[in-house]
Amino acid sequence: MKAASWPCPQPGGETAAEFALVADQARPRRLLIVPALFEEANKLRRLTVEVMRRLDAAGIDCFLSDLPGCNESATELRDVALNDWRAAATAATAHFAATHCLAIRGGALIAPDLPGWQLAPPRGAILLKGLLRARILATREAGREETKDALLTQGAQHGLELSGYMLGPAMLAGLQAAVPTGTATVIAQDLLGGSPLWLRAEPDYEAAQADALAAIVAVGLAQ
Amino acid sequence: MRSDTDRKLRGILTDVLGLKPGQADRFESSTGLFGHLPELDSMAVAGLLTEMEDRLDIVVEDDEVDGELLETYGALLAFAEAKRAA
Repeated sequence: MKAASWPCPQPGGETAAEFALVADQARPRRLLIVPALFEEANKLRRLTVEVMRRLDAAGIDCFLSDLPGCNESATELRDVALNDWRAAATAATAHFAATHCLAIRGGALIAPDLPGWQLAPPRGAILLKGLLRARILATREAGREETKDALLTQGAQHGLELSGYMLGPAMLAGLQAAVPTGTATVIAQDLLGGSPLWLRAEPDYEAAQADALAAIVAVGLAQ
Repeated sequence: MRSDTDRKLRGILTDVLGLKPGQADRFESSTGLFGHLPELDSMAVAGLLTEMEDRLDIVVEDDEVDGELLETYGALLAFAEAKRAA
């Protein structure tokens, strides 16, 4: 696997380079991976990359791009709407000529409708609720009170910083409304034989979960 | 005999804290949680509450969550039991 850069559509209609981790040997089965969102992306990063390593070894090309506003992206996250991420994922599908897609958790909210899989897809409102709650609890620890409704009102006008992510009004509204869609097969966490890594208080990794997820995808692609 | 809520709550804490199977069985009423366990920051507490809502079929209002609720395992269990009985 190596780092590549590709022309990714950005908010406002421009195009800018984003980094992608790719395993590309021009093989017939080409899997776009849409990562988990926000804090969950950090908790699931190693699992995601370890699954790519296994699939690469199994003869499957894999592509994992940074989302605009995240990781190495030069775009300001506050300017990004959920729809911009959908557009980026759709463009990545075309650029890398992906034939299938594996969406991890919140990645299912922005994944293109390719054949493939969604790992434990949440509603966007649930992701947002968790982020809001973490902020309310952290503020309370600091001796101040905030409410969810007041935060959402403020966010609709000026955006909100949640768990270190500066989310603009369009991102907040997009998350509130987003539900996983598409024809992909849903993989429940139970099938990975371990407790969810995105729930862990500290980033963690279990090789057996990467083995299980890679096996589900590899077997599915072999059929 | 542990209640259904008790067993589920131990399962949720096992997942959130990444405990080994059986480790949460040793939790007692007085076992300290938030403030005693370094892993339990606000993001983890938010995840814990969301899982409690999902697996225990309850709704937790943000203003119900204070330091006391998360002080000990016993306090959290009593809260969950009362929510489920309501």
